[in-house]
Amino acid sequence: MQGLIAILLALLVLAALAVSASRKLLPAVIIFMSYSLVMSMVWMLLQAPDLAITEAAVGAGITSVLLFIALKRIGELERDLEESEEEIHLSSARGKQEDQSDV
Amino acid sequence: MYKGTRIQTLYNLLSIVFTILLIGILLYTVSELPVMGDALHPANNEVAAHYLVHGARETGALNAVTAMILDYRAFDTLGELCVLFVSACSVYILLRVDAGRKEEEVEALDRRYEPWNDAILSKAFLFLVPAVFLFGIYITLTGHLSPGGGFSGGAIIGAGLLLYLNAFGLEKTERFMNRIRYRRLNCGALGFYFLAKGYSFFVGANDIKSVISVSDQGNILSAGLIMPLNVCVAIVVSTTVYAVYLMFRKGGFNI
Repeated sequence: MQGLIAILLALLVLAALAVSASRKLLPAVIIFMSYSLVMSMVWMLLQAPDLAITEAAVGAGITSVLLFIALKRIGELERDLEESEEEIHLSSARGKQEDQSDV
Repeated sequence: MYKGTRIQTLYNLLSIVFTILLIGILLYTVSELPVMGDALHPANNEVAAHYLVHGARETGALNAVTAMILDYRAFDTLGELCVLFVSACSVYILLRVDAGRKEEEVEALDRRYEPWNDAILSKAFLFLVPAVFLFGIYITLTGHLSPGGGFSGGAIIGAGLLLYLNAFGLEKTERFMNRIRYRRLNCGALGFYFLAKGYSFFVGANDIKSVISVSDQGNILSAGLIMPLNVCVAIVVSTTVYAVYLMFRKGGFNI
């Protein structure tokens, strides 16, 4: 049990660092969501089921929904999508160039 | 604005120093916390022991957490509910769409559009939403018997409301949840909470015989005021969640 709690706590620290290190906002919100889920598992293991239910519903559910809506409002979701599309475009264009150079 | 200048470098350095300082202070505070289960620490005094030993008999609630937050320290919870209400009000003040604003401007903000309902979503939520509501109501009503209570149950019911809104659209949701009903439910729940708990504290402090009796532990209607108060908490939490979401999405209620 102690080992499991230690692993989950390490995951929490990792998730917290990953949120601050991620450059795009959408992945940051999703990592934050997973942070809340791991936290609710920790509450469960610490024998606080009340807190576990609330953390899962509020932390993973409602907070992330509100953050997603806020991202949509500031146009960040579209920007993320466009950027990833551009990346795909660029990489495929690069692939074509390489193909041509092979020929 | 300051990108690449000396001020930016100073900002970065200061933020690193500040973060390290904050981490140090917090870790120092954690090292001062008592060891779990330390009987000699002053935090483990007779108050906690009294709650655990006599809580079930005095309040009728088998769940010690609920006994604490809705009976011994019920006014704390009332303050938390007021904080929720005030936060919903401040979101409304910040995000509402003015009536005088131009139509195109509002449309550009994407606020006139209904939440988009998808065929798969609405079919799946037809089965999911009743289960979510039922689970939330169950958690709320048995808050004094098993883990849970108004806060968790209310959050689940609020999530159910959001699912319903996204599956079936605003028009159908506003048949049972609109501005007037939001106001009435919130003010009613807060007022009932204040009056009921004020009466109970007044009676208890002056040694008057109360009309609210505590008996039949384990029964759903056993713990006196705790079950109605849990319902009040759930109403305030769920309607606040719904209202804040709607404020973010559309800038206010339609009706």
